[in-house]
Amino acid sequence: MVEKIKKKSQWREMWDRLKVNKMAMLGLGILVILILLAVFAEQIASYEDVAIKMDTSIRLQGPSKEHILGTDEFGRDMFARIVHGARVSLKVGIIAVGIAIIIGGTLGAVAGFYGGTLDNVIMRTMDVFLAIPSILLAIAIVSSLGSSMLNLMLAVGISSIPNYARIVRASVISVKDEEFVEAARAIGARDNRIILKHIIPNSIAPVIVQATLGVAGAILSTAGLSFIGLGIAQPQPEWGAMLSGGRAFLVQAPHVVAFPGIAIMITILSLNLLGDGLRDALDPRLRQ
Amino acid sequence: MHKYVLKRLLLLIPVMLGVTFIVFGIMHLTPGSPARLKLGEKATPEQIAALEHEMGLDKPFIIQYGNFVKNGLKGDFGRSYLSNKPVFEEVLDRFPATLKLAVAAMTIAVVIGIPAGIISATKQYTLVDSVTMVLALIGVSMPVFWLGLMLILIFSVNLGWLPSSGASTWMHLILPSITLGLSSTAIITRMTRSSMLEVIRQDYIRTARAKGVPERKVINKHALRNALIPVVTVIGLQFGSLLGGAVLTESVFSWPGVGKLMIDSIKKQDIPVVMASIIFIAITFSIVNLAVDILYAFIDPRIKSQYQ
Repeated sequence: MVEKIKKKSQWREMWDRLKVNKMAMLGLGILVILILLAVFAEQIASYEDVAIKMDTSIRLQGPSKEHILGTDEFGRDMFARIVHGARVSLKVGIIAVGIAIIIGGTLGAVAGFYGGTLDNVIMRTMDVFLAIPSILLAIAIVSSLGSSMLNLMLAVGISSIPNYARIVRASVISVKDEEFVEAARAIGARDNRIILKHIIPNSIAPVIVQATLGVAGAILSTAGLSFIGLGIAQPQPEWGAMLSGGRAFLVQAPHVVAFPGIAIMITILSLNLLGDGLRDALDPRLRQ
Repeated sequence: MHKYVLKRLLLLIPVMLGVTFIVFGIMHLTPGSPARLKLGEKATPEQIAALEHEMGLDKPFIIQYGNFVKNGLKGDFGRSYLSNKPVFEEVLDRFPATLKLAVAAMTIAVVIGIPAGIISATKQYTLVDSVTMVLALIGVSMPVFWLGLMLILIFSVNLGWLPSSGASTWMHLILPSITLGLSSTAIITRMTRSSMLEVIRQDYIRTARAKGVPERKVINKHALRNALIPVVTVIGLQFGSLLGGAVLTESVFSWPGVGKLMIDSIKKQDIPVVMASIIFIAITFSIVNLAVDILYAFIDPRIKSQYQ
């Protein structure tokens, strides 16, 4: 009997609303395919033997049966590079957002929960970070620490900390005076337990929406940094770097620039579709 | 109202101090001594030590930062390691080009985005709405540098209509400003649409319609005025993205702005120029946001009333 009257969990409810949204499902579908490509990249095309193997005798060739997306300026197979590039982009995007959520989320939760001076100090610091356009902050960090994948993830992650701090703070403030928090406090729960077990689970929904859109932003920033030569170094395939490498051959072989850009666009589009869908699914005003 | 403006102006001071502190701090982490960079590979350790002392680099970080701020207030951000020209002048020279690009891009975004959003909202769920929303979605998903290269390919290489680099005539401004403005156009379109949709469901719109106000007037006067309030905020925030995106756009089109100066300086490790460029852009962004917030206070009676 207890089972039957149990309320549907918020996740179940969210999924029910999300799955009827065709655009969101399209985004999710594309994203799943991209993740599968990234996971099985090695099985699709060997990294050592195809993705970074140079053969200048076949450089800048257009799409053909052997190379369905053509070859790049070093005669490397574009398809293999794009597939392996998905691995790099998704990894950097997800880890960067992870860094931002952990740091930003903690700061936001502490600021929202305790309020007062601590809140003021944290949020004014975030305001300062927000005054620097995030791509510029990322450029500054990478140019100072040097370009490597780790530094890229740090740079992109750090530059989006304020967004998560703000969202988590707002969310925490909206739930911290709810009765269940009061109940937890009444039975003697400590602050960190209240925050971790009661407040965070109930304020995580907007963070998920922002994270989905944030991964898209992080992938774009990463590609942008690589494009200006501050990202991932050759020969590792990264979409922005591939685009930048093909730039000198724009007239001879436009496909070298076109395909990585399309790959970026499809990825961002899928994340945006899913993110928009999640936002709608979580919007209480749209609930029937 | 004066009180509000004054308060916001004063708040700009700590923000600027914070920005310089962050940028100075990050740049301080750069490995290698600036003195070595300045003197080149052949310099002896004694020469480097002497220059480090002269530049104040042997002092603790906080003192170095203090000196940086003190000189910065006098408009002295140091000299370029390469050209030895005052950095402030170099950045200032390049600034009008960036501003021109950002303003052109923003004009495109506002002139196309707001009407497109209104049309989309008033014709919700029609073909026009769907097409606009799909285009807007593609717009926000496109990497700015890729769009730039594709536009060059189509309009400069294949059609030969527009120049692909440089900044000498207004023709040169067309492709870069479209490139830079597209994602903001898309974002403003989406924001205007959703804000408009929210407003036209309000009671006062029903009241206006019920008392027989013509539909055109309902939309343009009653609905739009209120719907634009959140859009104004987005426009201000977009200006920051534009200044950031300008770095990439300038690099694609060899546009002689602050962004290109910064990228070139990063490659040459000319740190004072990089630092001054970022600080300059951040200051511009903060001033624009301040202006937007003040404007916001004027158009939003809810804020205005708080300060009367």
